[in-house]
Amino acid sequence: MRFRANHGCGPVGRALLIVARPYNSLMVSVEQALTEASTVREHVLDNGLRVLIQEVHTAPLATVWCWYRVGSKDERPGLTGISHWVEHMNFKGSTNIPRDKVKGIIEQYGGYWNGYTWIDQTTYTETATRDALDRMLFVEAERMGSCLYDPADCESERTVIISELQGGENDPDQLLDQELTATAFRLHPYRHPTIGWLSDLQTMTRDDLYGHYRRFYVPNNATLVIVGDVVADEAIRAVQTHFGRLESREVGPRVHPTEPEQLGERRVTISKPGTTAYLKIGFHGPSLRDEDFFPLLVLDAALTGAKGINLWASFRTPPPQRSTRLYQALVNSGLASAVSAGMVPTHQPFLYTISATATEGAELPRVEDAALGVLDRVRAEGITPDELQKAKTQLRARLVFENDSITNIAHQLGYFETIASWRLYPRLDSQIAAVTLDQVGSVAAKRLVASNRTVGWFKPQ
Amino acid sequence: MTARESAAADVALKIDGLAPTRGVLDNGVTLLTKQTRTTPAVTIHASLAGGSAVDPAELSGVAHFVSRSIDRGTAQYSADALAEQLDSRGVSLAVSIGRHALSLVCTCLVEDFEAILSLVGEILISPTFPADEVERRRGEIVTLIRQDEDSPAAVATDALMAMLYGASHPYGRPIRGTIAHVDHIDRAALQRFHQDHASPAALTLAIVGDVAPGEVLDAAAAAFGTWSASAQPPAPRPAVPANAARRTRTIPMMNKSQTDIAYGFTAIARSDPAFYAHWLMNNILGQYSLGGRLGDSIRERQGMAYYVSSSLDANLLEGPLMIRAGVNPSNVERAVASIDAELTSLMKDGPTTQEVIESKQYLIGSMPRTLETNAGIASFLQTIERFGLGLDYDVRMPALLQHVTGEEIHAAATRAVDPSRATVVVAGPYDGALA
Repeated sequence: MRFRANHGCGPVGRALLIVARPYNSLMVSVEQALTEASTVREHVLDNGLRVLIQEVHTAPLATVWCWYRVGSKDERPGLTGISHWVEHMNFKGSTNIPRDKVKGIIEQYGGYWNGYTWIDQTTYTETATRDALDRMLFVEAERMGSCLYDPADCESERTVIISELQGGENDPDQLLDQELTATAFRLHPYRHPTIGWLSDLQTMTRDDLYGHYRRFYVPNNATLVIVGDVVADEAIRAVQTHFGRLESREVGPRVHPTEPEQLGERRVTISKPGTTAYLKIGFHGPSLRDEDFFPLLVLDAALTGAKGINLWASFRTPPPQRSTRLYQALVNSGLASAVSAGMVPTHQPFLYTISATATEGAELPRVEDAALGVLDRVRAEGITPDELQKAKTQLRARLVFENDSITNIAHQLGYFETIASWRLYPRLDSQIAAVTLDQVGSVAAKRLVASNRTVGWFKPQ
Repeated sequence: MTARESAAADVALKIDGLAPTRGVLDNGVTLLTKQTRTTPAVTIHASLAGGSAVDPAELSGVAHFVSRSIDRGTAQYSADALAEQLDSRGVSLAVSIGRHALSLVCTCLVEDFEAILSLVGEILISPTFPADEVERRRGEIVTLIRQDEDSPAAVATDALMAMLYGASHPYGRPIRGTIAHVDHIDRAALQRFHQDHASPAALTLAIVGDVAPGEVLDAAAAAFGTWSASAQPPAPRPAVPANAARRTRTIPMMNKSQTDIAYGFTAIARSDPAFYAHWLMNNILGQYSLGGRLGDSIRERQGMAYYVSSSLDANLLEGPLMIRAGVNPSNVERAVASIDAELTSLMKDGPTTQEVIESKQYLIGSMPRTLETNAGIASFLQTIERFGLGLDYDVRMPALLQHVTGEEIHAAATRAVDPSRATVVVAGPYDGALA
């Protein structure tokens, strides 16, 4: 598993082969598939832990995701990357899981476990056979309350994380993404890479890490999601058993200054040895709760194809994009070998970023001119009714495709609860369906202006 | 057998199994289906025998080029018309090339199934490789090759495969070919490759989703039933070189931050009776939990790498067992020495009883998870067909693993991972001399 540079990534897992018990015989319509979250059971423990449970009895499996409202936007200079490093430390044993017993604790059940950190959140997941539910809850309760932070382990992990950072630097596209984000934001902590800046990773202490852990890993700052072949009442009782003893605690104030309005185009050029040129154009975008979000999601589908809205699953399948405007203008023209875009739901306004890989021999100014030509035109004219319909059809299909496993469904519930509310998740289809041509035109006219953009080049030397 | 191990085996053995349906159309197309009802969607996974292993030696990269251009125009549809047909239904095709097959995978809504399968038929049966599309794809492929040249991971892996198998062996050549070869691949070469290797008998369709097997059969017959083309005789399978003396190579890429290590051996074919012992051995060595023994040593205890793991590609021929790690350049010698030490230990002492139990539990217990989705089932069906594992393989596989002994795993390690016969490639900001 690799995330983009602005996603931290926890331990890498794998999957192997084989069998499932026969599937049940319920027919599922598209409409049912897109609104099943309405069967979610919500329960809040006395200590503030929010629990979301959805029974899905299609395979003998259960998944648990434990989400924390802490990400790189909660970091200050000097401690950038601390949320991600803490995530790594939380796989290294706890009071009741000795360090040498971590290995295999989920694998005994044929299970997969992992975690990731991004700008708004840190999350941990296990998916295993249904009889592992109690074990998974035990692991997450231990993780929330009693991780060890052995000083030697903290030091050892420092070099692992610096290795992760350096691995990302090997990729010019990731390097450019990091520079573009840092250029587009002047004040808001979204400017920091989730992996952190190297100097901070070199100087952070064990006590810094432990203090961050104790502050944010409290039940009132978390959401626990359980989906699969479980009985909701029994699952709630098990959650109470494992998590009920944990005490709530104030997280304290967070500093999330409003990013000042960008007043003019910004540019950044990286010139380094390399073989291939890359272009990125980032526009300040809306948060999930902003009225511009869904119109921009539809506009993006018209420009580069619908990606879906699942950070955990969407990137695994390429978008249907060959008839889109930017694909036609950049790839079908021969100027670029690939074009993509990132339009991800976030808690606060982040970036809508378009990326292109220049074809061997194509000059970056020509690639940029072609891309800006498309964007200027859509800003002036909007999109056509046919494009609107196609974008909505694509997004609707992607919503079905990306909800094909309990792991993906649980991810979505927790992800949306962490940045806004899980109740937005079953309404995604209707929100997309309600987008009008005028709204798409307005968001294009408002967002795709020169003064709102940052242009990044990677020029190979 | 422990209680948990026994329970894991029971879960796998007592169930009815996947029970897919297999049929062969009159013209020889193999059809594997499984009806599921978890989502209103269908995954189509088509596999056409003949991957990069059948590239002409003088023109490597043809199969890959075909995979990049086969869906860019057919007898009935232009590239733009095809794009419109797919995009308007939210469907993206993933066409990829392996050593022995070209794969086309897509997922569509149930309501679009027949139309999409018909398009897949068009693409596989009657691609036209329009000249302008061929030129565009050439530019993309050259760019991909240039990106690989700038990636220490790709450089190390390609160099390792070339050293393990030799430039004349199909496994030793880069799947994408070289720029010099790609420059000489023309439309005629692509058409010839398709003519030589695409036939009903070479095609296996795995279709999984909320469609009844009878409807799948009817749709497949409509899309592929009238196709007639003669199958080529099976391509010769060149001998795989044995691992001889230890070899090392350093490829300095001083502009990079991290060094990639590719350390490997030629290993075994999937048909080898020792496959299951090798599978477990590889899991213990470099897969289990956070990268098996290698992960314990190099990541967890020494903190040298974000990633380290091993992989076993037991294929139609003896594929590689490859260990990969990304490390700071100052740690290259220590990381390679640690890999040597772990392999030596596994060879000398074999696995512990606990390791054998744990890896069996994991591999058997992960079955339901792997077969949860339509795409997972379709991929599994292609695997059992390619290697002739049988429609009940999912039910039999747990016992096949359970019967492997610690001694057999030890023997697999002795046979497959002797560091004195390893090939080691390092690419990145490192120019030292490796032992």
